Amino acid sequence: MEESSKVVHAIYTDDDTLMSAVKKVKAEKYHIEEVFTPFPVHGLDKAMGLAPTRIAIASFLYGLTGLTVAILMMNYMMIEDWPQNIGGKPSFSYFHNMPAFIPIMFELTVFFAAHLMVITFYLRSKIWPFRKPQNPDPRTTDDHFLMEVAVDGNESELLKLLNGTGAVEVNLVDKAH
Amino acid sequence: MSSHYEAPIREPLVTGEKSYHDISVDVGAPVLGKANKSWWIVFSIALVAFLWGLGCIIYTISTGIGVWGLNKTIGWAWDITNFVWWVGIGHAGTLISAVLLLFRQKWRMAVNRSAEAMTIFAVVQAGLFPIIHMGRPWLAYWVLPIPNQFGSLWVNFNSPLLWDVFAISTYLSVSLVFWWTGLLPDFAMIRDRAVKPFQKKIYTLLSFGWSGRAKDWQRFEEVSLVLAGLATPLVLSVHTIVSFDFATSVVPGWHSTIFPPYFVAGAIFSGFAMVQTLLIVMRKVSNLEDYITLLHIEYMNKVIILTGGIVSIAYITEYFIGWYSGSSYENYTYLSYGAATGPYWWAFWALITCNFIVPLTLWVKKWRRNIMWTFVVALVINIGMWFERFNIIVVDLSKGRTPSGWTMFSPTFVDIGIFMGTIGFFFVLFLLYARTFPVIAQAEVKTILKSSGERYKRLREAGKSLEGTATDKRTSQKDSFDAIEHEKHSGEIMLLLENVGEFDPTTQKKDHLQEINGIGPKTELHLNDIGIYSYQQISKMTKREYDLFDSISGSLRGRAERDDWAGQAKKLINK
Repeated sequence: MEESSKVVHAIYTDDDTLMSAVKKVKAEKYHIEEVFTPFPVHGLDKAMGLAPTRIAIASFLYGLTGLTVAILMMNYMMIEDWPQNIGGKPSFSYFHNMPAFIPIMFELTVFFAAHLMVITFYLRSKIWPFRKPQNPDPRTTDDHFLMEVAVDGNESELLKLLNGTGAVEVNLVDKAH
Repeated sequence: MSSHYEAPIREPLVTGEKSYHDISVDVGAPVLGKANKSWWIVFSIALVAFLWGLGCIIYTISTGIGVWGLNKTIGWAWDITNFVWWVGIGHAGTLISAVLLLFRQKWRMAVNRSAEAMTIFAVVQAGLFPIIHMGRPWLAYWVLPIPNQFGSLWVNFNSPLLWDVFAISTYLSVSLVFWWTGLLPDFAMIRDRAVKPFQKKIYTLLSFGWSGRAKDWQRFEEVSLVLAGLATPLVLSVHTIVSFDFATSVVPGWHSTIFPPYFVAGAIFSGFAMVQTLLIVMRKVSNLEDYITLLHIEYMNKVIILTGGIVSIAYITEYFIGWYSGSSYENYTYLSYGAATGPYWWAFWALITCNFIVPLTLWVKKWRRNIMWTFVVALVINIGMWFERFNIIVVDLSKGRTPSGWTMFSPTFVDIGIFMGTIGFFFVLFLLYARTFPVIAQAEVKTILKSSGERYKRLREAGKSLEGTATDKRTSQKDSFDAIEHEKHSGEIMLLLENVGEFDPTTQKKDHLQEINGIGPKTELHLNDIGIYSYQQISKMTKREYDLFDSISGSLRGRAERDDWAGQAKKLINK
């Protein structure tokens, strides 16, 4: 898709108004580039047609990684490297002494699943310290909702449509960098 | 709207005529404002206690553990008692943010931020004890399985004390990222409201550039849900592992399979008591009574009743099994020669009174909805749960298998000083938090405002649609005040300025008028256009000036008077 440098910012002051506006704009086959909201508006991603996130699947895989790390580490240290007799605990095979290894297997699974998922989230959503805020209007973290629609030669129609959706402000913005 | 359906039977969770903007203002106020005198007094006391405790810790480490009251029989006493007590307190935070999220409990949203903060600060206190109770704490890094020059000498993974290391560090770090991720949208809100450049810079850094895109929110919610799903078994496992320190031993009274669930229930019990203690004070001090309502306190009291009941059943079970086992060493049977009648009878009966008898009063609806009484009960439970750990640890150790080893324990001032120090440290952290962090998850509370806010409930019951009702006049006025308007109203403006006084930009400083509740960005512009820039001027406004301003601005009829701008301005001057 070609990059249009002009976008329209339609600002709403109510989440329900925003939802019906998004549906209307979608029905008219316009491309919504972005919606900035101060809080998660439930159902907005569906209305916009965003693909579901796969971050939970990633987390599951990270958890499996953590479990593997725990098993390999303890098997190596306790069974292969120094198979010592500590208080009569059987160290002949991993399975023999497994009950004592379960707490750490569990903790490392959770550790890997949680932290790697959060890191993935930060990287995918591009949030990290010293990152500049990207919301075009500071009011969108308070009680305003901003819909950004790409303009592609249909300015007047689009402005008319957005003005009819209950927007309190409709601004044409040149995003040329 | 059907999306905001809520059973009419439910009481509102956000009281008052709140709009989305009100939530931002109310949550931002303690952060963007200045600390008052009582904050500084309490902070100083906490700091002194912390420094005293720090001195005791340094004294212990430089002199030796012998400065504590431990002896050859009782090698664990206040150190591990305090450790388990603090870890237990920490558990309520994760329970509120994770378990209640899985159960979709909307009331969690006003309390989860502070409960999580409490978790983190409590686990930090707990984390001190495993280090400082070591004889040689400078070798503490040996508990980590790091390759080394001793032929790679590893740790022994059979020990619950090592499991503790993994459990506590996982718990602390996962709680921390869970909390921080939830904070990003709220830091972003503060960032966008901050006026002072330094504050703006700090919150820009803290908010990691959060922008609130639809995709970000989608991931954010999924991440929160998965973290809640991970944190729930984590919170159960952590206190389970802590209980293994005792349950896997051969000490009569410790060797008990009931400990894992019983410790977890006790942790939630004591944790909720601490949440109550803190929030009852905080809602008052930070003016958050519309968000942390009586209903929240009652719900938390119900959790206390439940977990207190579980703990009581555990006591009875222990007692029964002690008798039923027929083992003469099972001196946990309180009556044989153990707790109830022995030299530690006072600790035992303190436990029964504080954890079993006093919380029973919460079954009475009138009492569990009484804030003062709730505060008293919460304090009593905190004390009782300390005694529970003291009983389990010290009383059971004091009379072991060989009577020749029987002894008593009495703490020294260093034992007590370190405990005081951790309480001080906890409050230092919590008080700093309450001044710099958004103490209510405002982004989350905004999601339930339309379903559980008092105002919206009323609208819904009147059969009205909620669409468009979130619009706040203060933040969304379309009209602007231009030169023509100025000309038209010049007479009124002169009258108005005559009464409130002219503003002299060479000698006076412009105030941030939006601090006054009821003045938004647009209204402030209006006021500035007229020539009103300072609190001093606003504080001189009376009914006549309000009416003049109303007719000049042509909107906000009667708003200024209702909000009592003059009174608010006076308060801001005196701050």
